[in-house]
Amino acid sequence: MGELVQLVVSGVATGAIYSLAALGFTLLWQASGTINFAQGEFVMLPAFAMLFCVLAGMPLWLGVLAACAAAMIVLGWGFKRLIVDPLIRHGVIPLVIATLGLSTFLKTTVRAGYSAEAHQFGSPFPGGVFRIAGINVSWADVGTLLVAGIIVIALQTFVTRTVTGRAMQAVAQNTEAARVLGIDVKRMVLYTFLINAVLAVVAALLITPTYLAKFDMGDSIGLKAFLAAIIGGFNQTRGALLGGVLIGVLENLVGFYVSPAYKEGVALMLFLGVILVRPEGLLGKVEERKV
Amino acid sequence: MSAAERFLEVRDVVKHYGAIRAVDGVTFTLAPGEIVGVIGPNGSGKTTLFNSILGQIRPTSGSVAFRGEDVTGMAPLELARRGVGRTFQTLQVFGQLSVRDNLIAAAQEFQGSMIRRMFAAPDAGVGRRADEMIELFRLGHVADLKAGTLSYGQQKLIDIAMAFMPAPRLVLLDEPCAGVNPSLVEELRELLVTLNRTQGGSFVVIEHNMDFIMKLCPHVICMVEGKVLAEGVPAEVQANRAVLEAYLGN
Amino acid sequence: MKAGIKLVLLGAAILALAASALYLKRSDVYLLSLYAVYLMATFGLNLTVGYAGQMSLGQAAFFGIGAYVAAILLKLGWPFLLVLLVAAVVCFLVGLALGFPALRVQHHYLAFATLGFNVLVYLVMRNEEKITGGTYGISAIPRPTILGVDLNGHVAYYWFTLGSLVALGALLWWLLRSPWGRAFAALRDNPIRAESLGINITAYTLLAFAIGAACAGVGGVYFASLVEFIEPGPFHFSTSLMMLLAVIVGGQGRFFGPVVGTIVIILVPELLRSSSAPWLKFMQVWYLAVFGVGVVLLMVWLPGGLLSIPERFARKAGKP
Repeated sequence: MGELVQLVVSGVATGAIYSLAALGFTLLWQASGTINFAQGEFVMLPAFAMLFCVLAGMPLWLGVLAACAAAMIVLGWGFKRLIVDPLIRHGVIPLVIATLGLSTFLKTTVRAGYSAEAHQFGSPFPGGVFRIAGINVSWADVGTLLVAGIIVIALQTFVTRTVTGRAMQAVAQNTEAARVLGIDVKRMVLYTFLINAVLAVVAALLITPTYLAKFDMGDSIGLKAFLAAIIGGFNQTRGALLGGVLIGVLENLVGFYVSPAYKEGVALMLFLGVILVRPEGLLGKVEERKV
Repeated sequence: MSAAERFLEVRDVVKHYGAIRAVDGVTFTLAPGEIVGVIGPNGSGKTTLFNSILGQIRPTSGSVAFRGEDVTGMAPLELARRGVGRTFQTLQVFGQLSVRDNLIAAAQEFQGSMIRRMFAAPDAGVGRRADEMIELFRLGHVADLKAGTLSYGQQKLIDIAMAFMPAPRLVLLDEPCAGVNPSLVEELRELLVTLNRTQGGSFVVIEHNMDFIMKLCPHVICMVEGKVLAEGVPAEVQANRAVLEAYLGN
Repeated sequence: MKAGIKLVLLGAAILALAASALYLKRSDVYLLSLYAVYLMATFGLNLTVGYAGQMSLGQAAFFGIGAYVAAILLKLGWPFLLVLLVAAVVCFLVGLALGFPALRVQHHYLAFATLGFNVLVYLVMRNEEKITGGTYGISAIPRPTILGVDLNGHVAYYWFTLGSLVALGALLWWLLRSPWGRAFAALRDNPIRAESLGINITAYTLLAFAIGAACAGVGGVYFASLVEFIEPGPFHFSTSLMMLLAVIVGGQGRFFGPVVGTIVIILVPELLRSSSAPWLKFMQVWYLAVFGVGVVLLMVWLPGGLLSIPERFARKAGKP
């Protein structure tokens, strides 16, 4: 029993990180119809940026801030401006292909320009475990949950309580109507890209201590972010959270009770099941087939 | 009830979207070879009625029978196989295919089994018919161009020609004149009359162009807020007070 | 008339490719064989993606299934042609099954569904050691002898592969020219309209996946015999990604698109790897980065792929 609870707790912590990346995914989709196949590389790059900062002698918190700033410029504004804006008119597929190309470019650049090795990345949380009610909980899991929770709550508060946040929500729900209401749609979409970049930095900060900083670390997290988004429901922000946590927990359970070799396949099986039975996702709303 | 009246029988069809009754109990029948016009203000449920008849959506209640068979909620593919064709309100052509290929694609699936079509001639034996249609719709000069590169009006004509390619028993036309150059509207009407005479199909036509519908259709149905408000010969419906109010009231 | 000239040119090109084996180094002949093998898979993928408009990021999985089926059966001493048939049928059936998600979801969802399928197949190859040899793979896969002709030599096997590729290409050409090709295109351009015209979109969607998968399976069989040793590596989803990009870079829905695209993903990187010129050394490392940027630029300026360049010029010249 204690074992099970332990697995669930650490699964929720890992899942929370998937949720953050998935959240960025759904936000981009809702606001602008962008599907970003380079989302995993958007986590990988900040990991290296923070690594550089720390290697250069900066304290971690400064490195995180620097990575946030750089990510907002490059992965937020730059990505939107150079890739999404010219392609979004042509529909989803050209953008999917272009982001696939971008993902290849980013991975190769890091491998060729820096290193193909996996690099240690210090955890922002104290090591060790503590015992509560007879189960061992690691400080890293608690810290991860805490940070992810704060980010999600902060984002939710921003979106529902501020004028800008509500405007962003209006754009996500109905771009045309938002435009008619005089909302600066372009700016709101840009904000979404900036938020996505920051979410990627936070996800990188939380996941890199276990995944290690490596050029292809994004393959796995990018895939899981998307699967989490679909499993939960692409048009629902809560869906991304549910999907991420579900994947994290199930992976841990399957890895322990069934076979660690197939741990990576859990999210995929869940995903294939969901799209066959309920393509709109667990929490998603059905979009009527357009005639 | 005679066999003729049982050709198309729409009985008490209702379609709800939540609390909105898009179609609220529509009943009408159609005889073989007959042309019926459906008019009504925007949002009166005409296209929803079409989609309910054509299996694009399943009606909440009511029934549709075609040639004595209950076809309520039947998939568009099955309806097409029974000889029901349609055009769409918005443009629906195969953009990357040539005009001629669009027309062949519209009829080829009715030529033998899938396996047989694998070994059939590239035009599936309907190339000549496609050429006849191209001539009838005066599309000869663009026959080899990609349909997606043509003007709106031309694509609209292709769309209509496609619906008639397999010589359907029943065709539902959703606003055939919308977006068509006014100078071509009269031509389009003559085309439809010709097709009705030569192929003998029955038509149901949704249209906002009153002049067009009054001349084309011997029988007109006026829908308002999901219900049939008036029905009869064009002049009668046009003179109906309630119909006038419904249009002017908006 | 014009078609006749094209056919003659195509025949000459194939003959030239075949004859080149007599003058090239052993490693270059091997490379050309590899190119022909991958081209079988990308030809199939072009049918699925380019003609029928179904997104697929799982082609390498079928390539791998074909290769493993071949490796296992050839080592048991089965005749090559029978193995080819078995691999094609197995991949056709699995492809049919993979088509089912495509009936429910489209585009990017489908991309991930097929990618997910590829990851699962990869996991099975890596973990089911009893069948697949796990990460050690399967070695000493024999090359065939067909009708008494020994195809063990590198030139003989290259000719055999090239001949098979031409046969597969001709078969696909014939299929795409038949009414089926038009039905696939109709499905791609407008499935709702297609259905209202009696086109069975369910059947054609499933078939598009199944036929594309069977082509990859056939390619996998030739691959296994060519390299004589297989392990999961080449069937990772990154290969699927490359195959998809090959189809798109060449020009999706154009018959010869994969011929051009596969050069970019197979021939060029392999040539770079084997070259020793210093500036090419630099490109060895950076090739994929350049390729990635190339794909992005292509999407922005030439979404129709490299083979749409002549059309683009013709249209520009045609404008007054």
